[in-house]
Amino acid sequence: METNKEMPAQFMEKAALVSAMIHETTGMNEVFEKIIDICLKKPPREDLIRAKSTDTSKRIICAPNLDEKDFKTFEKLSLDNGIKLIDRDLRNHAGGIDVGFTIVDYGIAETGTLVLNSNSEDTRLATMLCEIHVALLPKSRLRQSALAMSEELSALTKNPSSYTAFITGASRTADIERVLALGVHGPLELHIMLVED
Amino acid sequence: MREEEKFKEYKNRVDHALGNNFLRTAMDNFAVAYRTSRENAFSGMDVDSIIREVAAIKSNAIKNLAPLFEQFKSNAQKNGVHVHLAETADDANQIIAGIAEKNGSKTIAKSKSMTAEEIYLNHCLENKGLEVTETDLGEWIVQLRHEGPSHMVMPAIHLSRYQVADLFSDVTGETQDSEIEKLVKVARRELREKYIEADMGITGANYAVADTGTLGIITNEGNARLVTTLPKVSVSLVGLDKLLPSISDALSINRILPRNATGQGITSYVTWITGPSECKTAKTGKREMHIVFLDNGRTRIAKDSTFAQVLQCIRCGACANVCPVYRMVGGHQMGHIYIGAIGLITTYFFHGKEHARHLVQNCTNCGACKAVCAGGIELPNLIKEIHAKIQDEDGHPLKSLLLARVLKSRKLFHTLLRTASVAQKPVTGGTPYLRHLPMILSKEHNFRVLPKIAKTPFRDTFNAFYKPVKKPRFKIALFSGCLQDFVYPEQLESAMTVFTKVKTNVEFPMEQSCCGLPALMMGEKDAAVSVALQNIKAFKKSEADYIVTLCASCASHLKNSVPGLAEGYAKIDAFNFAQKVMPFSQFLSSVAGMDDFIPSPDRKKIAFHSPCHLCRGLGIRNEPHQIIEASGHQYIKTSEEETCCGFGGSFSANFPSVSKEILKRKLRDVKQSNADLLVTECPGCVMQLRGGALKQEKEISVKHLSELL
Repeated sequence: METNKEMPAQFMEKAALVSAMIHETTGMNEVFEKIIDICLKKPPREDLIRAKSTDTSKRIICAPNLDEKDFKTFEKLSLDNGIKLIDRDLRNHAGGIDVGFTIVDYGIAETGTLVLNSNSEDTRLATMLCEIHVALLPKSRLRQSALAMSEELSALTKNPSSYTAFITGASRTADIERVLALGVHGPLELHIMLVED
Repeated sequence: MREEEKFKEYKNRVDHALGNNFLRTAMDNFAVAYRTSRENAFSGMDVDSIIREVAAIKSNAIKNLAPLFEQFKSNAQKNGVHVHLAETADDANQIIAGIAEKNGSKTIAKSKSMTAEEIYLNHCLENKGLEVTETDLGEWIVQLRHEGPSHMVMPAIHLSRYQVADLFSDVTGETQDSEIEKLVKVARRELREKYIEADMGITGANYAVADTGTLGIITNEGNARLVTTLPKVSVSLVGLDKLLPSISDALSINRILPRNATGQGITSYVTWITGPSECKTAKTGKREMHIVFLDNGRTRIAKDSTFAQVLQCIRCGACANVCPVYRMVGGHQMGHIYIGAIGLITTYFFHGKEHARHLVQNCTNCGACKAVCAGGIELPNLIKEIHAKIQDEDGHPLKSLLLARVLKSRKLFHTLLRTASVAQKPVTGGTPYLRHLPMILSKEHNFRVLPKIAKTPFRDTFNAFYKPVKKPRFKIALFSGCLQDFVYPEQLESAMTVFTKVKTNVEFPMEQSCCGLPALMMGEKDAAVSVALQNIKAFKKSEADYIVTLCASCASHLKNSVPGLAEGYAKIDAFNFAQKVMPFSQFLSSVAGMDDFIPSPDRKKIAFHSPCHLCRGLGIRNEPHQIIEASGHQYIKTSEEETCCGFGGSFSANFPSVSKEILKRKLRDVKQSNADLLVTECPGCVMQLRGGALKQEKEISVKHLSELL
């Protein structure tokens, strides 16, 4: 499966159409800095579970599918900025998390879609409980269409406990008067960090 | 008597909806916006070929439901899923209630499922003392209001932000602002806790992929993802019709489903779940996962040669989005549980004829649904089939029995029309004889001025004034249709002049009768077959190259439906007959040519009303425009050109108030275009449009295309 030259442009165009914000980045360090920046600039988190407020930390980022080395680097940078970085037991943060960061498996150019292996509960929750979802997508993982990658998808979904997510833009609804509103149950915003690899 | 009252009740409900201004505006805005957003969503794509592909995928899957189910079951069981098969709605309810009971579940978070609506699942679970919370915003709203969804994709489309704000104020005990953004946040806050507290999650599914045992669920809000992640037990209720061989089949369908439903390239979330996934609060570390497959008549439908295609539905709701009746009355009046054209059909199978009887008649047969159906389903025909089926089972109402009886004998039919002409009773066309009986005409029909039956029908004057040309270029046989023969002979007379101009000789087989569409519209299939055979016989001896008609409805019926109706009796003759049928505009534009036309010196701006059976029934769209231009006039495009005028034969007799409103919308559009004249190619449309314009005192004159030349 090869990546052609038009795919990143098409992906960016389609993702922007569904209000995703795209950042072209050079590598992990820049990505981390951008996430910190996004987290510091966003309005304070709203705790959705008022009865039993869970974590009183001022700002929380979760990153459940980072490898250990990257997590350590990111954790230090977060702490330096007064942000708590977590990677597990996100269920205890059902009231809300400021930013959820995940590395995604594929991007689909035709629709601006992210494909994320969400077999782990924390990966699923990271992309749902956060107010802003930031996804990292290496350009080499771009595919033309879902149909064109059906073999790869078949392989992903064959796993007996597999949970595979297509994510296109933020959580949305038009259920009241057909007026589009973002952030119903999931993220209010989606940022995509595209990296060359 | 009881029957009549019930129909009245349904009509009252429909009339009530027509008086709901918010609903009317919301529906109209939606109908207009949907057209554009669908077009944009499919830009650069070959929609028809995708529809054909989807129809083929679904049709093959339906033929293999049993083996696909076995394959899915075996794969899912290997993965640790509990697979159930419920034969009836009640069985499914009992299975799901049983799962809840076994797990000691008290609270349930649910994501949107039309299949759960189909079986009244919430009702059953709530009766058992369980607390069920719908988490899709629209579904939550209608749940709180104790009503059903009014659209398969947008359940609360019938409500205004103010109604939602009032409702949310009641629910939260705090006054809520009516700003939509804020209302959405109320749902975000109120529902988050419900997911966390839920003992069990219930979802539907859009796809059940057999070769991996995977469910595919699409949502925009992401609620299905929380419902399948936070609770430790999950149940998915899936119709057997959702089974597909492989994920590529599901992906093919997923290219069209969101585009056709809401004009989105894809929904925000598409979730593929194969087996019990990680759940940290479950003892085993994995969710307990159940899939309940629902039959509820699907296996039986799959084996029915006529109705199997009903299961090709992918639940996109597009058939409602384009339906002129839905646009006027909204979903609660346009379905029982399933909404729109498909709902008119499936109600009979899933909820019984008592709920389907009146619904199936609320269709203008305009074919807009069929033109956008993602599954390629012959929706209008199937609606008629259901109508006929119900009448066959329950007995035919007197008026349709009489119509059938009369139509079976051409002589009797024509004699009655002549008698009516002497008495000068108004006629309403479509079902020509019966609906001008005074007992059937009520005040409600006065929204249009009805024409009178002509003194002399066309058939009586044909031989006297027809003069063949010496060296004819073409030879045609004319199919007049009853409305032009007996009410508007002048339209045919104008056409005769045109035929002479283009050097075409005309023959008029006297044994021809009604085309049979009015009989079909009233659920009288036998009578439709009988007149089809009369007409085939009447034209069999003709040596004409084409059978030309000036009535789009007749043309479409003769070409598209007669071969099927006559299949068991005169298959080859019917095929040859249908092959020759051609509407007037197509004959002029594609066969005879328009070189002999003398452009009118008085150039007018002309809007065209494209009869449903011309544009969608026969695919004739540009030919009439070319003829208007060739006649020296200026063709003006109107945005509702291809929208039904609301006539629909017996539809306008059964639902005059809806017909009136559809017509009003149509005329408003024409008025806005500043056209001098409105032209169409169907006498039924002429009657509706001309009569309506007169009654509404709109200065719009209406002509048949033939009268322009």
